Amino acid sequence: MEWIQQLVNGISLGSIYALIALGYTMVYGIIKLINFAHGDVFMLGAFIGFFAIARWEMNVFLALILAMALCAIIGVIIERVAYKRLRNATRIAALITAIGVSLLIEYTVIFFRGASPAAYPTVFETSNFEILGVKISTQSILILSVSIFLMVLLQFIVHKTKIGKAMRAVSHDADAAKLMGINVDNTISATFAIGSALAGAAGVIFGIYYTRIDPLMGVLPGIKAFIAAVLGGIGIIPGAMVGGLVLGVVETIVSALGYSLWRDAAAFVILILILIIRPSGIFGKNAREKV
Amino acid sequence: MTQKNKMKKYGSLFMATALLTGALAGCNTDEDTSSSGGSGNSASGDVIKIGANLELSGGVASYGSSIGDGAKLAIEEINAAGGIDGKQLELITVDNKSENSEATTAAIRLAEKEQVVAMLAPATSGNALATVEIANKYKVPIVTGSGTAPNVTVNDNGSVNEFAFRTCFIDPFQGTVAANFATKDLGAKNVAIYADNASDYAKGLAASFKETVLANGGTVVAEEAYVAKDVDFKSTLTNIKGKNPDFVFIPGYYEEVGLIVKQARDLGIDVPLMGADGWDSPTLIDLAGAKALNNTYITNHYSSEDPDASIQKFVEAFKGKYKEAPNAFHALGYDSIYFIVDAIKRVDGDITGEAIQKQLAATKDLSLITGTFTVDEFHNPVKSATVLEFVDGKQQFNSKVNP
Repeated sequence: MEWIQQLVNGISLGSIYALIALGYTMVYGIIKLINFAHGDVFMLGAFIGFFAIARWEMNVFLALILAMALCAIIGVIIERVAYKRLRNATRIAALITAIGVSLLIEYTVIFFRGASPAAYPTVFETSNFEILGVKISTQSILILSVSIFLMVLLQFIVHKTKIGKAMRAVSHDADAAKLMGINVDNTISATFAIGSALAGAAGVIFGIYYTRIDPLMGVLPGIKAFIAAVLGGIGIIPGAMVGGLVLGVVETIVSALGYSLWRDAAAFVILILILIIRPSGIFGKNAREKV
Repeated sequence: MTQKNKMKKYGSLFMATALLTGALAGCNTDEDTSSSGGSGNSASGDVIKIGANLELSGGVASYGSSIGDGAKLAIEEINAAGGIDGKQLELITVDNKSENSEATTAAIRLAEKEQVVAMLAPATSGNALATVEIANKYKVPIVTGSGTAPNVTVNDNGSVNEFAFRTCFIDPFQGTVAANFATKDLGAKNVAIYADNASDYAKGLAASFKETVLANGGTVVAEEAYVAKDVDFKSTLTNIKGKNPDFVFIPGYYEEVGLIVKQARDLGIDVPLMGADGWDSPTLIDLAGAKALNNTYITNHYSSEDPDASIQKFVEAFKGKYKEAPNAFHALGYDSIYFIVDAIKRVDGDITGEAIQKQLAATKDLSLITGTFTVDEFHNPVKSATVLEFVDGKQQFNSKVNP
């Protein structure tokens, strides 16, 4: 029974990684940029949700939607201000800018509210129920269902809507898409908006599930989500979901075997191994890059 | 101008700057040697300056600011009563951001720029330890309110850090008290330990707890560790649950402990949980929730519900100023100032860092809020500990344990 319990623990953790990894992978897919500020958008989402619930006494679902909406706007602003003018610059310039944006967000938040952690208000009375000796809290169920719902919604947007079609086209070949009359700028902005909204949602879910939030909370989950995205094959949306879940479960197994102090190391070993053995990730095709 | 010339120009500019810095640094070193050859900073004029090097922001901001608030109250009381021989006290507070390196910088600033005669050292052992060398070098005694690790005052080779003192008891004592409470009062037999692997404080407590449990005939069924800043403890807790302990000892700080307690209860670990003074923060109740904290205990320095008359007088004065009941850190900050002031009062002649150090070491039967204490040869106070129980999010006085 202990193993089923551990699996439940791993999937809960993994679904949060997956939600963040989606934003990484979408942005990479479309402009080939590792957006290191993504983890900080996740943090902003957690704080927006915190203020919405604790200060303005909003319903959890309204708070979740508010956090998603504001994060979407923040994501678009970041893209327009910091990345747009670098679209034709070297990739390393964009990457360094992303790190700069990340630090700017973190320390702006610290400047205004200090670095001390905040505790998320209790939004549901946690009740546990047992299935086959496994304790599952109502919170885990809710978090899992919200994550799955958002992932399904994303699949729908990408494959069934006009903007999704435009995103796929721009990702495939931006110049050709432009010639076909697709507004590339708006499509890229939409990608940032959707990715950031998912990060915002992950922030609120993280806050509800783990209770503690602080201005630097986005750093490690951000890097873990990046690993998840690479693991699944960066730029591939289902890859990010699978990568997130696999990473969550692997980390849990490492702790369960009694090596809890090696958990973070295990995540980075996965990154190193995947880069050596299969750089294109689980779902990646071994395509050569166009020069 | 060609690229090469430009390089040359910057190169020489760099050299000049380096030389200048070197020269300035040279001056500083001279000053240092002269000050360490003397007897530390001395108080001149009508003001006695006391420094406070505290965690006002960062991970353990709650401890540092509490100690600062307690200290301020003590300073106000003493100044209102006429100060020390007509001299007023001035508290100079510096934020060390809960970081070791910042703590060292803050200590240098207080000793060198502000010329304080004594200072409150940071609240956690790690940060306090980062200021010990500075205290010895500038001959300015430091007093940590809540740095409970033994090596703050005593080096690993057994020599005493002459200028380091503390107002609290040390880790092994808290671990021993917790172990006796678990095995004797609660009748626990199979205990588990889940300690913060990144802190000397937690490791010290875990070691003495284990030793006493084994000495009392108990068994340690699980020994697990976590790293500070972790948020997901469920997998390790599931492991601990599988070993069926009847008591879990969790030495660590409130930031993680709050989450551990919550997740442990979620997974159905209903046995008593216990920790030490690192749990003592209102944030713990926010993080874990009042319900999850039922059936948990901590050892602590004092309780605001202790019926003792002097404690109640302090509680009233504190409530008058800050509109809340003082926690142990408030009490320790308050006591640290009285500990220093008591020593200053006993100084004959010039008030210097060195003179205060001698008197601090000679403190005997000093009656303070967190207990009556005598400083022993290792600069640790010999005093009592209190066991508290969380009931619906409030700490309740359980019992008092003498050394």
